[in-house]
Amino acid sequence: MLALSPTMESGKIAQWSKKEGDPIESGDVLCQVETDKTTMDYESTSEGALLKIIAPEGSEVNVGDNIAIIGEKGEDISELPSETVQPESEKKEIAEPEQATHQKNPQEKSILTAQPAESEGNFPRGVPVSPLARKMAADKGIDLHSVKGSGPRGRIVKKDVEGYSPPQPNLHAPPRGAALRDEIIPVSEKRRVIAQRLSNSFYSAPHYSLSVEVVLETLLSARTRINKSSGEKISLNAFIVKFTAQTLVNHPMVNSSWEYETIHRYGTVDIALAVAQPDGLITPVVHDCETKGIRQIDHDLKELIGKARENRLAPEEYSGGTFTISNLGSMGIREFTAIINPPQAAILAVGEIVKKPLVDENNDLAVHNTMMLTLSCDHRILDGAVSAAFLSDLKKFLEYPIEALL
Amino acid sequence: MNEKYDLIVIGAGPGGYVGAIRAAQRGLKAAVIEKDKPGGVCLNIGCIPSKSLIHESNNFRLIPSLKELGVKIDAEEFDYRKVFERSRKAADTLSKGVDYLLKKNGIELIKGIATLKDSSTVLIDGDRELTARNILLATGSHPRQIPGFEFDHKQILSSDDALMLTKLPKSICILGGGAIGVEFAHIFNAFGVDVHIVEMLGHLVPLEDDDIAAELQKSFSKRGIHIHTLSKATTLKKTKTRCKITIENVEKNQETLSVDQVLVVVGRVPNTGKLGLENSGIQTDKGFIPVGDYYQTCSTGVFAVGDVVASPMLAHVASKEAQIAVEFMAGDNPQKWLDSNHIPSAVYCEPQIASFGLTEKQAKESGIPFKKATFPYRGVGKSVAVGSPEGMVKIIFDDKYKEILGCHLVGADATEIIHELLLAKKSELLPEDIASMVHAHPTLSEAVMESMRAVEGWAVHV
Repeated sequence: MLALSPTMESGKIAQWSKKEGDPIESGDVLCQVETDKTTMDYESTSEGALLKIIAPEGSEVNVGDNIAIIGEKGEDISELPSETVQPESEKKEIAEPEQATHQKNPQEKSILTAQPAESEGNFPRGVPVSPLARKMAADKGIDLHSVKGSGPRGRIVKKDVEGYSPPQPNLHAPPRGAALRDEIIPVSEKRRVIAQRLSNSFYSAPHYSLSVEVVLETLLSARTRINKSSGEKISLNAFIVKFTAQTLVNHPMVNSSWEYETIHRYGTVDIALAVAQPDGLITPVVHDCETKGIRQIDHDLKELIGKARENRLAPEEYSGGTFTISNLGSMGIREFTAIINPPQAAILAVGEIVKKPLVDENNDLAVHNTMMLTLSCDHRILDGAVSAAFLSDLKKFLEYPIEALL
Repeated sequence: MNEKYDLIVIGAGPGGYVGAIRAAQRGLKAAVIEKDKPGGVCLNIGCIPSKSLIHESNNFRLIPSLKELGVKIDAEEFDYRKVFERSRKAADTLSKGVDYLLKKNGIELIKGIATLKDSSTVLIDGDRELTARNILLATGSHPRQIPGFEFDHKQILSSDDALMLTKLPKSICILGGGAIGVEFAHIFNAFGVDVHIVEMLGHLVPLEDDDIAAELQKSFSKRGIHIHTLSKATTLKKTKTRCKITIENVEKNQETLSVDQVLVVVGRVPNTGKLGLENSGIQTDKGFIPVGDYYQTCSTGVFAVGDVVASPMLAHVASKEAQIAVEFMAGDNPQKWLDSNHIPSAVYCEPQIASFGLTEKQAKESGIPFKKATFPYRGVGKSVAVGSPEGMVKIIFDDKYKEILGCHLVGADATEIIHELLLAKKSELLPEDIASMVHAHPTLSEAVMESMRAVEGWAVHV
């Protein structure tokens, strides 16, 4: 299996799109591979026939492991080493039978006779377990990972499965509601990546934040009118993305990256939107926001958000952003401070729309729809005045949309 | 004189000498004290000479078959003494072999009678003193007598006497239908002796599965061996040349047999009476030494294995127990106890018997939901080709997971074939593992494969 993204080290075969015996063309999708970030199509770079699937659905595979054998239709692959997935020095998909037939040394023979059973089914390879114990565990739905083996060399045997009991709640604690229980949760790949990136960002970039309160009347009525006429309802986020993009055009320093010796000011505005997922968070990117219209941006957003929620984003769809927007308004959050998405210069946190009494320039009280925007900035790139100028311009464009076209 | 050892072993039988060699392998300084010849009962007056006699008797039984081929054999000059001498030669060779192994491993072999002075001191012949961090008691057992039928070693024989016979009786009555009894029945019958065998329980080899015993009895009856089950000997009248022995069965029917000799093989008694156990605070229970994990006695540093402990009185059990005890002494982490389900029994008469685990009756009594599968020897080509079609493989297995609970074989080479099944049991392999493995053809082992296929419901050759 080749790495499908620069940081990919392993993946899970989610589903095979082809079956053994199917003809394969270069570019055909062989299977779906799930990584820490997303689920991706794995395309074949060779052609021929799919002779053997080595990694079944649900199996965890490392980059470099064999997942299948593609060869000539009808080719004899019985000479090849064991069907168990073994890391190999070369990342090959294609079987090379002419090599295998010449290597009939005793070591090879022992691999051929190695029992492949340990790679079958739901139990990962490498868990030494007797056939009887495996059968019992499967019957009882016990995960062999959590069973301690007392047999030869730590082999799991019948009495280990029989004596297995799932971790018990703390019996010394006072009685608690059924919902609460002490639990140790292993950190998933995605959680690990989020932790690593955001810690990095927070500890390297000196964060400071600025807030403005935006009066949304004009924007909201424009949006209502637009959505009444045409088919697809445009989201508020699309408007915010477009106006942010326009503001970034005028304040290019906010659309840049700290690269230690240099600052990279980007030539395009590619805005990432933070999307919540069941197991974490991801930021799909709408590219070229400065040239796209709001409708186009909305269309892109809808597609990306849909994919994000299903873990189906391709790497190019969640990388390469120049600025990020995070909106927790729909969750009732008034205002908040976001952590910069590295290596960007700033991130915009959008709060909920709230009706507020405001005093206008005539000292009159009126009720308005308002929204808090909080900009977190990397002080290595952006000084206070620079970011303040950006944020106040953004507020102006949102309150007086026409001025964005000037 | 005070000599210090890591381990002193009392008894150089299969428990003692194996334990001593294992100790040496693990770097312990060991000595073995043996009052007789190295190898103990097994090598000298048990397993080995009896197997030699059985082998000769099997050869002798081929005579009718050879005659049918036109071979002219004159057995008039047959001299049983020569058979006996061969058995002694085998025993001597192996006994010397043990001697050599002990020397090779740097173990001191001391001839003498050992007693315990205390938990770490052994006295040899009452005066020479040796001390050790650990002591391994492996003094074995001797034949049990029946009151009223005490051994006189001329007419009323023990198994020791039977193995030392240089002349065969014309008729013999064997009291005791266990493994030793049936092996002697086989030997004597093969050499033309008129054999009666008396067993108190319901069938010969009472520890084996009922179906297996039935096969053996069928074969014995065909050979003219007179079998008296559910019977015991009540009275004995000896004359100078004959023994008149009265046999009574459960229905109180009596029969008086007139035979040349009586062989009493009703079990063995542990040799613990004169060891000085009380000097280290050890009390016996029915003559056996109570032991716990790793075969430790209640006295720290004193271990006991083999026939002196209440486990099956088999040589391979003694050896395994000694291995466990010694590895523990050496600081290793062996299994604490020998699983009785993993102990094979082997009976070398023809047809041979081999088994381990639960019999069908035991399975029923245990209440475990079980099933059974059998496969007849005559279902595999080899048995028919070599003229040994009698026998069967019987598997007792658990209903839910098909875990192997017991395996019972009767037939040619059963004592060898059993090991494939025992390995499967010990390693928790499933019937499908054996059923799907390719077995060479034609072999008797194919019967094992087919019996496991029968477990899976798809035996081919039946």
